[in-house]
Formats: sequence, C-alpha cells, structure tokens
Amino acid sequence: MAGFVPDWSLERRGAIDQRRHLEKIKEALRDRLGDLVSDESIIASDGKRVVKVPIRSLEQYKFRFHPWQGDRVGQDHGQHQPGDVLGHVPDGQRGAGPGRGQQPGDVPGVDYLEAEVTWEDIAGLLFSELGLPYLKPKPLSNTPEPTWIFKDIRPKGLMGNLDKRKSLKENLLRNARAGRPRVGRWREQDLRFKTWIDEPQPQDHAVVIAMRDISGSMGDFKKLMARTFAFWMLKFLRTQYQAVEVVFLVHHTQAREVSEEEFFQLGESGGTKVSSVYQLCDEIIHSRYPPERWNIYPIHFSDGDNWSDADNRRTVELLQAMLPLVNVFGYGEIREGGYTSTLMSAFSRVQHPRFKMVTITQKQDVYPALKTFFPRQGG
Amino acid sequence: MNKRYPTDDELWQLAKDWGLDPYPVVFESVPASVLYQYAAYLIPGRMSHWTYGKAYHAMKTRYDYGLNKLYEMVINSNPAYAFLLDTNSELENTFVRCHVMGHVDFFRHNHLFQHTMPDVVDVVAQHAERVRQYEFDVGRETVERFLDAVLAIEEHVSPPSPVTPARAPGQARPASRTASFADWDWSPRDLPARQVKPETEEADDLLLFLMTESRQLEDWQRDIIGMVRDEMIYLWPQIRTKIMNEGWASYWHVTLMRTLALSDDDYVDFARLHSQVTAPSPYQVNPYALGYAIFSDLERREGRDAIFLARTVDDDVSFVRNYLTESVARDLNFFVYGRDQDQIVVKSRQWESVRHQLINELVHGGIPVIHVNDGDFNQRGELYLIHRHEGLDLDIPYAERTLHYVQQIWGRPVHLETRLEGKRLVLSYDGKVDSKVAL
Repeated sequence: MAGFVPDWSLERRGAIDQRRHLEKIKEALRDRLGDLVSDESIIASDGKRVVKVPIRSLEQYKFRFHPWQGDRVGQDHGQHQPGDVLGHVPDGQRGAGPGRGQQPGDVPGVDYLEAEVTWEDIAGLLFSELGLPYLKPKPLSNTPEPTWIFKDIRPKGLMGNLDKRKSLKENLLRNARAGRPRVGRWREQDLRFKTWIDEPQPQDHAVVIAMRDISGSMGDFKKLMARTFAFWMLKFLRTQYQAVEVVFLVHHTQAREVSEEEFFQLGESGGTKVSSVYQLCDEIIHSRYPPERWNIYPIHFSDGDNWSDADNRRTVELLQAMLPLVNVFGYGEIREGGYTSTLMSAFSRVQHPRFKMVTITQKQDVYPALKTFFPRQGG
Repeated sequence: MNKRYPTDDELWQLAKDWGLDPYPVVFESVPASVLYQYAAYLIPGRMSHWTYGKAYHAMKTRYDYGLNKLYEMVINSNPAYAFLLDTNSELENTFVRCHVMGHVDFFRHNHLFQHTMPDVVDVVAQHAERVRQYEFDVGRETVERFLDAVLAIEEHVSPPSPVTPARAPGQARPASRTASFADWDWSPRDLPARQVKPETEEADDLLLFLMTESRQLEDWQRDIIGMVRDEMIYLWPQIRTKIMNEGWASYWHVTLMRTLALSDDDYVDFARLHSQVTAPSPYQVNPYALGYAIFSDLERREGRDAIFLARTVDDDVSFVRNYLTESVARDLNFFVYGRDQDQIVVKSRQWESVRHQLINELVHGGIPVIHVNDGDFNQRGELYLIHRHEGLDLDIPYAERTLHYVQQIWGRPVHLETRLEGKRLVLSYDGKVDSKVAL
C-alpha cells in the first residue's frame, strides 16, 4: 500500500492548490484595479450583478493549433445534412468563449479565464488601499455611540463592583473616628461601590463635502469620471466609517446643495463660477460642521474652465481660508485635452500639505486619484 | 431476495476467466473531494501547482452542481489503484469494477505502456517532496514561476517507443553544464547567414533538450524539468490511447456484467449506466462510444482473438485507421463539420472523410510537433525551434506567449519557425521584445 492515507480528509492538496489559484485571481484583479474601478458596468450593477472580468495573466498558454482552423468530427442523431449551419464563428475569432450568440456550446473556442466579481469584491481590494488622512477623534453628539465608564462611587451597588480600596478607607475612617485607628468590624455603611454612567464616546466624525461642476462644459466623459470617482468614494466612506456624513453641492455660476440622487443625475448648462461653490462650502463648514468637532474632507470636481481670472483669485482666497479648517481638500480636474486650465495654474501656487490636486484625463486615472485623496497612511 | 454482488476478488477472477490479464487491483472508496482531486491531478500525490487547483476547482464545481459525475479513477501501476466514489450504489460499483478490469488489463498489455513506471504513485510522491524542498530552498514564488514555464511546454516530450526506453526512474539527474552563457563571447563577429540544420539532426524532445543543454539552469531547475518530463512520459500513452482504453473498458463492463445474475431492476440500471457513458456528445467524439463500437464490431467480424491483438499492438490512430468501418461510422451518426467563412457547417457524412478527419485529430495526441533544430543558432547560443506543420496552423498569440516560457528556461533568445496560411514565419523572443519575420 503505497502511502495512501485512510483518513481521506487529510488529502488537502486539491483544496490548497485551488486556494492558490484563487489567490492568483485576486492578485490579477489587484493589478487591474485601475481598469476595474472605472468599469461602467460594475458601477451600474451596484452589487446586484456579477461582472465577468477576463484575466489574461492566468491563461495557460501552450503550443496549440488554431482553434478555428481545420475540420472536426461530430456526432448527432443523423438529422444534419451537409451544408447545414451549426453556428457562427465569433467576431474576430477571439475574445468570445463558447456559448455566445448562436454558436454551439461545445464548439472549441478561444477560452480565457473569466473571474466573476461583484463590486464588493473590487471594493474589498480597493478599500484595503485607502484611508481617511489626518483623521482625528472628535467629540460630538450627533451620532453618539453610547458607551459606559465607571465614574462614580456610591454606598449602594452590586457586590461585584465593590471598590475595596474605598471601602477599606471608609472602615478605617469610621474606626479612627471612634478612636481605633485600625481596620475592623465591617459594617454595611463602610461599603463603597463603583457605578457607571453612559458616556458618548468621541468618534471619528467626518464629513465629506462633495462638489461637482455641472456647467455646460462638463461633457459626458467628464460627468462620467466625476460620478465614477464619487461612487467609489461614497462606497468607501460608508463601508469603512460608520459616522460619515456627506454633503452634496453642485454649481455652475451659482452653487446649491442637492440630494445624493440629484448630485449624480444633474446635468445642466451655463457658465462656471467656482468661487460660488467654495463660498457655499465655507458657509456650510462654519454653520454646520465646526472644525473642532469634525474631520472635514471637501472634494471638488471640475474641468477647471472657470469664467474669469478674477474669480480664480477669489477661489484661491476662499480655498486658503478653508485649508486650516479641513483635513484634506481635494481638487480633481477632469480634462480631455492636454492643456492646463487657468484654475489649475492658480491652484498650483497653493502649497499646502492638505491640498491635493489630481488630473483625470482617462478612465484609468480614477484609481490613482482615489489613492491621492484618500491615502492609506495619511496623517 | 438474496441479492449479492461479487467481491473484488471474484470480479478479478471472472476477468481472468474471460482471458483478461489485469494487474492486481486495489479498490478504495473515496469521497468526491478526493476522487475529483485525483482526476484533476491525474496521479495521486502529484506535485502542487495552481493549475491543478484550477482544474480541480472547475471539475468539483461541476460535480457540486450536478452537471457531471465521475464514478471511478484508475491508476496505471502495479498493483493498480482504483478509486470509487463513496456514494456509488453496489450495482454502480459492480459496473465500475468491471470497467476497471478492462483498463487495468489494457495498461498491462498495450505495447505503448511497456515503459510506464509501475511504482508511479511513489515516484510522484518523491517528486512532490523534492518540489516542496525546492520551495523551501529558493522560495515558493520562484519555484512556481519556473513550473509555470515548464508545465506550459510539458507536452513536448518524445514519446518513448518500445525500442527507445524512457529515462529510467531514479536515474541520476543530469550534471549541470560547466560552461555557462556568461562565459561566452557575445562580441559581434562575422556571422554566417542564418542556417537551419537538416531535419535529421533535430531533437524531438524539447524538455530533454532544455534540461541538458540550457546553460543557465540551476540543478533544482533541471530536476524539475526531469520530473515534469517523467510524469508526462508516464501519461503520454494514455493520451494516445484514449479511444482504445475507454472502448476496451466499456467492452468488458458489458461482457462481464452480462455474465452476472442480475435482477431485472439491476439490469435496467446497468443498461442506463452503459448508455450514459456511451451517449453521443454533440461536437466531439465520445471515446467510450467509438471505442466500444469498434471493438464490438471487430469481435463480431473477426472473433475475440482479433480484439485482443488490437488491444496489444494498436494506438488510437492505427485503431481507427484499421478498424473503423462504414457501418460503425454510420451507426454512430458521425459527420465532419468545420468552418466556412464565418459559419460552422456540416461538411460531410461520408464515412471515409469521417475516418480521415478523425485520424487527423488523433495524430500526435492532437498536439503540435515542435522540434529543436539548433541550440546554438547563428552561433550565439540562441534556440531555434521548428513546428513540423502538418496541415494546421498554430494559434499564433498563444505560441508567442508560450515562447516567452521557453525563453525563460533557455535564457537566450528563442525562435520558432512555423507556417501561417502557407507562408514560412519565424516568431522570436529575446527576453524583452517579440518579433515576427516572414521568410
């Protein structure tokens, strides 16, 4: 009997190598996060759909024959006659596995491995690389997470909470008052108990002020990028932090606060006056989110196409006024060409560790932008 | 009432009485996770690699969803090991054990199996242990990366014929080359025009050539190539006799089962099992059905001695070429199909075209033949491979990626000459850049 184990549960190699394969899928997905993050079908699915992601790095390449060349032998029930069409070669002969279109299911095709992922899988990988920089615990009561602390000493209480030191002291004092400076003759009245009170715990209270340019110059691509970024940002914040509030602001020449749905859907026309939204942001911080109690993360997306240099200067002034108040101020400029906007050049003179700028010119830039605004070891 | 199924020994003896001559068989009843693991690795206890895990996952998932069921798995060794699914009914197990007798007789007597390792399970267990040790020595990722490359070209071994034995198991690992590429003089010289050697000087075993001739490999790497090669040489006869082997086993499960005194219910179940394994599969050939039909037809026409002779001396190619008859091809409803523009159409129901096409698919196990033409091409230590084109072009994107693996093992630039749409073409990879040149 050549080394067979009677306890079959000890045969683990298949499971171990299977896990290694799954690990490799995960590694491959991690390498492709940049693409996946900006994949519209994933965002649109919102966790309800499984998205198939081709993973070329895990294909098992070998010398093999051209899959669509040469004839093969098949078997039926005698029903087909020469000339009968069984199916179609997929477009371009590549990229489509069996089963697509009208092609017969078992005709050999070009197979590549497809990992089935939901946005949650991607989120798991993505969020392990993100964090809220400069986050500090700040006391506040708006979402109190009740906790309790022992804070008081009382003559009545649970025996389990007996404070021996305090009780001993009471006993000593009472005996000393009676002229016997030593411990002795315990009475009920000597006993002291620890009691607790409910206490709101200081939490990592954070507010994200999401600002989006909805002016006429924000074309489809720019809107998509801003929304993609905001989608992952919100997923990230809501998954990782329990007490995060988000304020949505949109602007063209005027700024206003909107609901989350509106924020994602609104598309308007008109000019751009960035200072309007920074003004509103500043007001909201002062009126609703005092910095001593809140971690504040304003994020602004625009194409930088501001209407005048005067407004750029005004915007920079507002920005510099806000910077001491916020944890991180992020400005994402979405562009389709290679020019530098006037707003970007105005901002580039602002040197402050908490001011972060990114430029998004293609889909793959969304992922680095997320990492820039929400670095893992920030602070 | 008194329903009793034959024991392992009784079945083995029954097989002997019918003229079969199997190795002793050790039957083990195992859970699905183990059976599918062995089926994915092909040999129990084989070395670890994620590609086996991938195969296991795929097979086991299909089983878990009820899409596929394996009843058994047989190992060609002496004694033979047969693993039966522990949820098989007694009748299923009787059926499967009859089937196994056919396989084990085939392993013992078909000429292609003469050099397979009788102690394969021990040998692969030692391989697995050595790989584990190398993982410990040089790191798991390093070993995995190297195995990725070697397994990609594992099929390119020279199938041993009865007169040229395979590398004997336990034979010393090849000594490392004393000269390494680093010692070579790469300075530009007046090189003669590239010359391809005559075909007669080519090596037909790519793995063996890489193992012995590459100047950059470390001993552990040579050893891994040797192990992968030994395992492929062990498996190679099974690749070349799929139809015969399954046909022979199916012929015998029918013959032996018919001699047992089965109840009516059992007989119906047996008939159902047989029709399941020989059911037609739409776009490929079911080896059970074809092999069974040919053996049955041959036995009817020429008697039992003829099928025993075929089982000994043939492989799938000669078996189909010699014994596939018009009536078998017609009974099985075979047809030839293929591509016409962007459609897949039925091309013919002529039995000669069916036979011709089947043989084409079976030649060399359906694997492209790659020969090593030169290990010092252009006198620069480059490797020159030639695909011996036999009518089908290579999948070029796949070939390019596979060439990267060859280069990883060889260490110097590698070239692969092939034909694409009738024109000679050389694919090259130097470790950084792919290139493609028409000759």
